[in-house]
This record gives sequence, C-alpha cells and structure tokens, in this order.
Amino acid sequence: MEKATDLFSLKSLKLKTKQQELLLRISILGLVYILAFITRLFSVLRYESMIHEFDPYFNYRTTLYLTQKGFYDFWNWFDSESWYPLGRIIGGTLYPGLMVTAAFIYWTLRFLRFAVHIREVCVLTAPFFASNTTLVAYFFGKELWDSGAGLVAAALIAICPGYISRSVAGSYDNEGVAIFALLLTFYLFVKAVKTGSLAWSLASAFGYFYMVSAWGGYVFIINLIPLYVLVLLVVGRYSMRLYVAYNCMYILGMLLAMQIRFVGFQHVQSGEHMAAMGVFFLMQVFYFLDWLKHLLNDQKLFQAFLRITLTCAISVGAIALGVGTASGYISPWTGRFYSLLDPTYAKDHIPIIASVSEHQPTAWSSFMFDFHILLILFPAGLYFCFKRLSDATIFIVMYGLTSMYFAGVMVRLILVATPAVCLISAIAVSATIKNLSQLVRTKAKPTQGGSGKGTTSTKASSKGALDRSLPYQRNGAIALLVGAFYLLTRYAIHCTWVTSEAYSSPSIVLAARGAHGNRVIFDDYREAYYWLRQNTPQDAKVMSWWDYGYQITAMGNRTVIVDNNTWNNTHIATVGRAMSSYEDEAYEIMRSLDVDYVLVVFGGVTGYSSDDINKFLWMVRIGGGVFPVIKEPDYLVNGEYRVDKGAAPKMLNCLMYKLSYYRFGELTTEYGQPPGYDRARGVEIGNKDIKLEYLEEAFTTSNWIVRIYKVKPPKNRW
Amino acid sequence: MATTTIRVNLLFSFFILLAQWSPALSDLVITKADRKIDLTSQVMRVTTTLKIENPDNDPISEVLLPFGDDHAKDLAFLVATTSEGKGKTKTSSSSLPIKVVKPEDMPPSLTWYSVSLPKKLAKGQSLNLEVRTAFTHALQPFPEKITQADIQLLVFQESAYYLSPYAVNVQTLGVKLPEPKVESYTKLENTKYSGSEIKYGPYENRPPFSFAQIAVHFVSNKPFAVAQELVREIEISHWGNVQITEHYNLVNAGARSIGEFSRLEYQARPHLRGASSFRHLVAKLPPRAHSIYYRDEIGNISTSNIWGDSSKTLLEIEPRYPMFGGWKTTFTIGYGLPLKDYLFHAEGKRFLNISFGCPMDEVVVENLVVKVILPEGSKDISVSVPFPVKESRETKFSHLDMIGRPVVVLEKTNAVPEHNQYFQVYYRFSNLSLLREPMMLISGFFFLFVACIIYMHADLTISKSSPSYLAKLQWDEVQTALQQIQSIINRCLSIHDKLEASLRDLSRTGDVQACKAARKSADNMLKELSKDLKPLLSFLQSSTLSASSYSKVEELVAKEKELQEKLMVKHTTVADSYEKKSGGRDIENRIAPIQQRITALRQEVDDLLETIDEI
Repeated sequence: MEKATDLFSLKSLKLKTKQQELLLRISILGLVYILAFITRLFSVLRYESMIHEFDPYFNYRTTLYLTQKGFYDFWNWFDSESWYPLGRIIGGTLYPGLMVTAAFIYWTLRFLRFAVHIREVCVLTAPFFASNTTLVAYFFGKELWDSGAGLVAAALIAICPGYISRSVAGSYDNEGVAIFALLLTFYLFVKAVKTGSLAWSLASAFGYFYMVSAWGGYVFIINLIPLYVLVLLVVGRYSMRLYVAYNCMYILGMLLAMQIRFVGFQHVQSGEHMAAMGVFFLMQVFYFLDWLKHLLNDQKLFQAFLRITLTCAISVGAIALGVGTASGYISPWTGRFYSLLDPTYAKDHIPIIASVSEHQPTAWSSFMFDFHILLILFPAGLYFCFKRLSDATIFIVMYGLTSMYFAGVMVRLILVATPAVCLISAIAVSATIKNLSQLVRTKAKPTQGGSGKGTTSTKASSKGALDRSLPYQRNGAIALLVGAFYLLTRYAIHCTWVTSEAYSSPSIVLAARGAHGNRVIFDDYREAYYWLRQNTPQDAKVMSWWDYGYQITAMGNRTVIVDNNTWNNTHIATVGRAMSSYEDEAYEIMRSLDVDYVLVVFGGVTGYSSDDINKFLWMVRIGGGVFPVIKEPDYLVNGEYRVDKGAAPKMLNCLMYKLSYYRFGELTTEYGQPPGYDRARGVEIGNKDIKLEYLEEAFTTSNWIVRIYKVKPPKNRW
Repeated sequence: MATTTIRVNLLFSFFILLAQWSPALSDLVITKADRKIDLTSQVMRVTTTLKIENPDNDPISEVLLPFGDDHAKDLAFLVATTSEGKGKTKTSSSSLPIKVVKPEDMPPSLTWYSVSLPKKLAKGQSLNLEVRTAFTHALQPFPEKITQADIQLLVFQESAYYLSPYAVNVQTLGVKLPEPKVESYTKLENTKYSGSEIKYGPYENRPPFSFAQIAVHFVSNKPFAVAQELVREIEISHWGNVQITEHYNLVNAGARSIGEFSRLEYQARPHLRGASSFRHLVAKLPPRAHSIYYRDEIGNISTSNIWGDSSKTLLEIEPRYPMFGGWKTTFTIGYGLPLKDYLFHAEGKRFLNISFGCPMDEVVVENLVVKVILPEGSKDISVSVPFPVKESRETKFSHLDMIGRPVVVLEKTNAVPEHNQYFQVYYRFSNLSLLREPMMLISGFFFLFVACIIYMHADLTISKSSPSYLAKLQWDEVQTALQQIQSIINRCLSIHDKLEASLRDLSRTGDVQACKAARKSADNMLKELSKDLKPLLSFLQSSTLSASSYSKVEELVAKEKELQEKLMVKHTTVADSYEKKSGGRDIENRIAPIQQRITALRQEVDDLLETIDEI
C-alpha cells in the first residue's frame, strides 16, 4: 500500500510537458541573466570596485553631482572646472540617461534601506543592464523566430565579447545602458509592426526616448527605422500595421526626444534626422494615394493623378530641403556622420576624430576577436531569415547588414552590430539544432518506446520509411550536433578568455608580471591625481593633453584646460601648440591660459607605450590644423618619427620632449643599456641635458608614468 | 635665526615679569626636581620627578603645577603619580586626580593644575611625585621651509629651571635628542653635551618662579605625521563583529618642502634627498583583526603590508606618495574585530570595552572624533572615558534601518598615543531585536511573491467584452479541455499497462480468476473514462478555435479505442488459452498478429499525444 501511495504522489508531482518546458525556459533565462552579470565582474575581483577608462570618470563625477545636488542643479550645472577659461554647460551638453538611471537605482536602493555607495551603483550599472539586455534579446529572438532562438540569442549576447568590451563592471559609460535601450526600441518597434498595436508603438517611442537620453547613437535608430519602412514600402509589404507603428513611434519619439536639451530641435533641423521626416511624409502620401485609389476606382485616372501628386510631393520636399539647408535652418551633416559614410574623411579633415583609437577602421582580427564563431554563423542566420521572410526578419536582416557595415568603418561600432549578429546567429544555431535533433529523435523513438516483447523490428512511422533512403542521416545528424556543441563550447571558452584577458583591465591601474611571476601593480595615475588633489591650491589649473582631462577633474578635483569632451577644437589645438613649441613660446601660451601645472604621461621607465610621446604627433597635427606655425615635418626626420640622437632639432627641444625626458638622461632603466634608455621606444634619448627655465618638477610618480610640472611665476623685472 | 631670537626675547621678558611676582602660595619645598625631556619624536614628553617636603605648616592636600600659557595650549596629556620607596622597590600608585584651578594673586599668563594627594602631607613629611606630560607642537621647524636636499632642523625652548611656585633645592634637566647632531644649544653653567643628550644642572636653591631660557636647535628627521582630523567609527553588530573604520586627514607638519621635487634624487638617495619625509606608517591593530582594507576617495591603495601574531596585528600602510613637509593626504583604513573580545555583560547591561585613540604610534591627532554606532534599538546609553572628552549623540542610517542607529560621538583635541586607553560604552539591547532585520527581508520577499501570485491570477483586462479578450477566454477553455483529454488518455494507457501486468502475473501464477477479475475492473474503468471523454469531445467539436486540433483529438480517441479493443481481445485470448491449458508456444502464435498491431497503435497514440501537447 505504501508503495502505491508513494507512486501516486510522485506521479502527481511530475510536471506536464508544457510546464516542464516553461520551467526549463525560465531557469535557463535566469541562469543566462546571472551569467551575463557575473562574467563582467572579472575586474572587480581582480582589482577592485572602481571606475575604468576615461569617459566613465566624467559620468561618475556628474552622477555624484546629481545625487548630491538633485536633478535641477544637475540640469543647470555650469562646470567651471573644465575647459578653463570657457567652462562647460554640463546639462546642455550631455546625454543624461546614464546618470539619471544610476541615480534612480541609487535612490531606490536607499529608499529600500540599503546603504550602498553611489560608486558601487555606478560600477555595477553596466553589468546590470547587460543582464537586462539578455532578456530583451530573448523576447526579440522569440519574436523573430521562436523561443528556442530567443534562448540562444540571450545566451550568445550574454557573453559576446563585442558587447562585454563596453559593459564590464566599472565601465560606466553611455553604451552600457544604450545597447539595452537600442535593442529594446527595436524589439518594441518590431512588435508594434507585427501587431499594429498603438500600445506597442507607444512603448517603442518611450524606448526611443530612453535611447536618445542615453547615447548619441540614437541617430542609428532614427535612420534605420525609416530605411526599414521604406524597404517595406518598396517590396509591397505596406500595411495599416506599419502605418500605425511608424507614425506613432516617430511623432511621439520626436516630441519626447526634444525634451533632451543636448538634442533639442535637431529632429527637425539637422540633416541627419531628415530621412525619418521624409519617410513620414512619404507614408502620408502613400496612405492618401491608397485612399484615393479606393475612392476613384479607375486605373487610368489614378495613374495620371499619381504622376502629378508624386512629382509635386517630391519637388516640394526637395525645395523645402534645399531652402532649409541653404538658409541654415537645417544643419548639414556633422563630421562624425560623414566619416561613417566615408571612412577616409576624418583622416583628411578632422584629425581630432581620427586621433581617437576607437574611431579607426576595424581590422579583421578584431572582428574575429569580438565575434568568434558568430562571424560564421551570421551568414547562415541570414540564409534562414531569407528563407522565412516576414516583417520581423526583414528588420533583423537590415539591422544586421547596416550595423555590420558601420562596424567595419569604426571599431567602436562593433558594439552596435553585436546584438544583431547575436540574434541572427541565434536563428542559425536554433534552426540547425532543431532540425538535427528532430532527425535524431524520430529515429531514436522506436527503440525507446519498444519496451514490450521484442518489437524492435517494427517501424511504424512514415518518417522512418523516409529515413531509410538516407542511410547515414542519423549518424550525420549526431555528428553535426556534436560539432555544433563543440563550436558553442569553443565560443564560450573564447568569450571568457577575452573577457578576462582583454576587457577587464581598468586602464587606470596597470598590472604587469614581475620577474618571478608575481603581479606588479603600477598605480601611478591615481598617485599623481591624488597628489594634485591634496597638494595643489584648490583653484590650480592643470594643462595636459585632453585624454586625461576627465580623470584629472574627477580624481584630482582640479580645473583643466581641455578634456575628453572635445567640443572646442581651437582650445585643444592651443594646448597642442603649447606642447609642441619651445619652452619660452609655450610659457607665453601657458601664461595666457593661467596654467599652474602641466601634466604629462611618460612611459619610458616602465615601457608603457600609450604615453604622450607616442601621442605627440597628433598634438602636432591638431595644433597645426589651427595654428599653421606648427608644421608636422619639423618634428620628423625624413618622414620618420624618432626621439633619439637623430631626431629633428625642434622635436628635441619642444616642451613635450623636455617635460617627458627631464632628468631622464641620468637614469639607468635597463641593465646593459646606457642611461636615458627609453624602454617604451627602445632607444637612447637624444637630448639628455634638459634644463627647464620656466617650469620646475613638482611631482613624478614612483614609476615615472605621470610627471607634473609647476609653471613658475614670471620673473621680477627689476 | 632672526625670528627665533625675537621669540626668545619675548619669552624672556615675560618670565622676568613673572619673577617679580610675589611668591609664596604655600610653603612647600621641592627638595629635588629631576626633569627628563624626550625629544625623540614630534611629541615632547617631559617626565618630572619631584620630591616634595612640607617644612612647617598645616597638612597639605594639594600640589600646584603651573604651565606657561605658550606650553599650556599644547599640553596634550598630564598624569601625576606618587611613588613610595626608593630605587628598584619603587611602587607607583594609580594616577592622581587633577583639576584646573585659578589661584589668586598669581601671574595671569600661567595655567594651573592642582594635583590632589592621596593623603595629606603633614609637617616634615615628604613625598615623591612623578608628573608625566606630553606636549604637541612644542617643537618648531627652523628654518620653516627646506628643499628636498636639506635636513630638517627643530628648535626647542624651555627654562633650565623648573617652573614652580615653590622653592626648589636641587634640580637637574636632561634633554634627549633623536640624533647626536646639534646645530646649537644654550650654554649655561653646568651644561654638559654628550652624544644625543644635553644635561643642565644640578642647580641648587632656586627661588619660586626661577627662569633661565634655553634653546636647542637640533637635527630631527623623525616623521611629523599629524592627523588634522581622525574620525573613528566603531560599529557594533550583534551578529558577531565590531567594524572599525578610521578616516584620516594627514599632513606632514614638519618643515615645508619648497622647490623641486625630484623623483630621481629621491629614488637614488632617499635618506639624503628627502630625509625629513616619511614613506610609511605602522598601525598596531588588535590581534584577530580581519577584513582589513586601506583606501581613499579614489579607490584602493595597493601599497600596504600586514603581519600578525597572537598579541597584535601590524598594518604597514604607505600613502600614495612620500610625505614631504607640508604635503597632505587623506585615507581610510577599516578592519573587523570579533565581537566577543570587546563586548561584555554587566548588571543586565552590555558594555563595549575598546581602545580610544589612534592605532599609529607616531601620529598626533589634532581633532579626534570617536563615533560608537550601537545597534538599532539600543537604550540607556552611558559612556565612561578615563579623560575628559566632549560627548554628543546622533543617529545613523545603515542597511535596513527604520529609526536609525544611536551613535555616541566623543571628541578630543590634541590626542597623543598616551590617550590610547580603553573606554566603555554601556547600553541595553534586546536579543529579539536581532531578528528584526532578517524578518523584514523575509516578509519583503514574501509580499513580493504574494504580489506576483495575485498578479498572475488576477484578471486585469479593462474591457471584458472586446473580441480579443473573449477569444482568449475561449482559447483558455480549449486548452483546458485538451489537457483534460490528454490526462484521460494517459489514464487509459496506464490501465492498459495494468492489463498487461495482469497477463504477466497469469503466466507466473496461473491464477485465471484473478486475471479475469482484473480485466473486469479495467473494463469498467475504461468505460467510465470514455463517458468522461464524451462531453469534452463535443465541446471541442463545437468550439471554433479548435478546428485544427479537433481532428487530431478525434484520431487520438479512435486509435485509443482500437488499442483498447485489441488489448481486450489479447487478454481474453490469453486467459482462455490458459483455461484450456494450451502450450506457451501456441499462445504466442495466436496473439502474435494482435501484439504487433498493439505495439503499432501504442506508438501512434504516443505520437499523437505529443503533437497535441505542442498545440
């Protein structure tokens, strides 16, 4: 009896297949959610909970201000600590989405009585949003294909290095939340197009608003969606659903986006946003014609009318655009936009954009590095999408192809392509595995079901009869499944390796292996910034190359001349000019800018290669772009950039050279090399006897990576 | 040298004024006064041993100790003990009560402390009194600004004679220097300089308020680590931890560094180029300190080391940069201690017994704030500190706090290592309050889940008559019907299994009757089930949404029916054969075609069930 009751209870506990599947799906999603979060914590475990890189320091500083002073002060903040003497209107020149999100999380946690520090919130914002992105990827994949594809997409995007590169813990940057917002907007829009429901398009408008508030990359959305709509119109997939979805999303999205001060009226005034407006009008014309066609019910008459209307509409549009552009009401495209369409544009015209390493065209290796097997799965996924064309798959195909192009133009845009690549690859993986496993299962079933008396010989199902024609199908399917499993395993291993080795170093703290395999930490940046913070007057102005501006204001708490928000090219060029002039000329420039301290980064002792000497040619170029006194050939010898004895005389005596190598000639850096041996460039420096007349060494960090000089007051004339 | 000379002169005139004052407060006589001044650190420590005699007067219970105002403001620590006996057998009593007094007819520029003696000093009796004092800021760097290559010189000024309202018979003064290097010192009679010590005296029979200015200008490269502010937060958690967080605001108060700072020079010859700077500090933490961290506003500081043994934990911290004169830094160190070492029970109350001051021996704290954060819900708080401090209360909100935790704030200026004494905080705390926070979390999650369940079960549709809503309702019904059909079929299948089992029993036991009974009951059950199935099938047929699934269901039911029949046939055949006592092979042959059909049907039913499951 007991046994029987036991059995009964077990059976009632046994879940039905549907529920089993749901449970499985939810637990997989839950695991993926957690995985996406913890795989991004390498840097926290290895170093500490800290903000990384350059821009995140600005974001952190503004978030701190927001949480301390409140939203209105933040919105009206005039920051006098940067761009001295110009200052910067922070509220009007930043995308506040990230800061407001972090502050909101912080306030929520505080409200729930969790006494967290705002730094922890900022550090973990990006992983948190990466986790949320996996959820969106799941729903998007489900919308595009089926829930299996959704699960695979979630798993792929959770660990894809292309996304991890910008969303590890501490990488507190706009992209961290923006990719979430981007994918959410796309998902909601696709859903809106699929259902034709106002609610979904309203949601997508809000998603778009969040994206606009978070990142400048929203321009991609406002151009891709009209393009998609246009394609649907051209291929004859126009429907009322599309009309409702696009109009609601565009109008509301535009109105909402105008609330962001930095964006303002760009939606109606800038060339980059005109495509969306054009498609909007086109859509009205289309609808109008549709209606007329229905009304006229006469093919000939309608044709004539169509001709007239189309000509009129196009010419009115063209004239409006022409007049708008000519009168300056519609601004032309910006340099960054041009450089996307023409990769060589920046190199020739805007050195400041070209000088940023993440704006370089992408190398093949970095595609492989960031996508790994997804690069191969992507075309396969495209094939599946074309095989089962729908409004949704058309969208993902377009998103994938355009973003792939942009990823090829600029390294940092790999980030935008990553979700599309993951989704399309997920379709490939899911469809393939589903087909294969079906093959394996139909054959395997008779053996499982045949628990009776010797019934294996019977093959009842018609599928079995079909299978017999392809003898090795089952084995082949198993082999392919094992292969797919192997590939996915390799992918997971690769992603983990890339995350841990390449994307989890904070770049503020440098780590190297010592001679005995022990870890050596170079914490020179923070040493210098903290020295500035503690031991210089509160109102001291620090001149450095713009890369370090955000860090100096955030960690050093001192006023800088230029920073990473490169809005004023002339100002940056002035700094570039000072760095590339002789000391006495530079002194005049520094005096005119009220500079008290000059900070240079120097890697000659440690072999740290991204220092100011290696960036120096960009300073010359940017300086020379505004001030023709600075000529690049003066710093080169036969087109070659060198710092040793054979260097150009101007190079050996310019301010940057002097500040980097001051008293370096007396130091022996490497055994068996003469004193003054520069380890970053592997040469003995050319000018070892450097005397400073207008500046004095104020501080040099323990590994010489950061050197700070004090500008002496002018000499007494009497 | 000009500035010092001026100061010396001022001091001198002030003391001349003093000397003219009428003496005789009481007629105590100091028969012997030995002063030892220790200048080896930035804190000037003076140990004065006095032998006091009451020559011919009423019994005296108080001894007055005056300090010049310039010294009095730097006085950080003062303790007096009496000692009896002589030489090695000397025993010191506990410290005597001291209070500030303002005797009349005395020079106003003096601050007076009065030491109450343990017992009155009668006529002719004598007493040994040992007074230990510590002064901060008594040593002035001179010159005040030095370059990296210079050594740090300090100036120290005192009177060669013991400042006292009483006549002193014999007195000596010893000054101990940190290094045997002296730039200059005042030479009076009986001055001896040897090594790192300067001796003045003995001087005999000096009247009250005798004064002789001396100044010593000497080399000292001891660190002048001064914490302008130190906030120590001691947070008690009754889960077993005392968390201590110390926020330092540190400055090198020695001679200011001017001119270039050359890393090259500092690296090559740190003891010559940067002699007055200090690179690290050592904090003596209690034993069993754990989870130690060292950070500042911009993150962790990676340059620290830790050693520990059973009596202490040594934490060596290195600021981010070497501390040259005038350079500042701020940092935070934190560590946890096991609660049971520091929290005790007494008279129904709990009390915390923990040390007051800064754990670093070399650091002088100008403004020490000790905050004891008690657990939420503590009552009847009282504090006992062995020296005067300023006390106040505040509340702090931490994790999961509703009303905030009571905080006892104790403030002390000019704290020196001598203040590193134990103090006690008494409070009442109920153990039940411990469970409050976990209960809050549990109930929070509970309500979250309840809300989820309610949301899942509640129907939040606004318009109950919209077609999509109706369709959804109908679809739900179809789904449930399908599920019911599935479960019925599954039950049928399990009955089939039972029938098969009864056949197996038959072959084992040969009990035909039992087998027949089993068939009968199975037949009844199957009939009942098919009765249940009928309304469901008719519902599916009527429903518009289930057109596609209905055909499948129909097929399934038909197949199942056939399977049922075949099974019955098989069963009867086998049972009959047993009754007729047919051979095993014979039975096998007879049921073989039926068996084949049954297997095939079973397979088909399973497949159909699966497809229906996917709908």
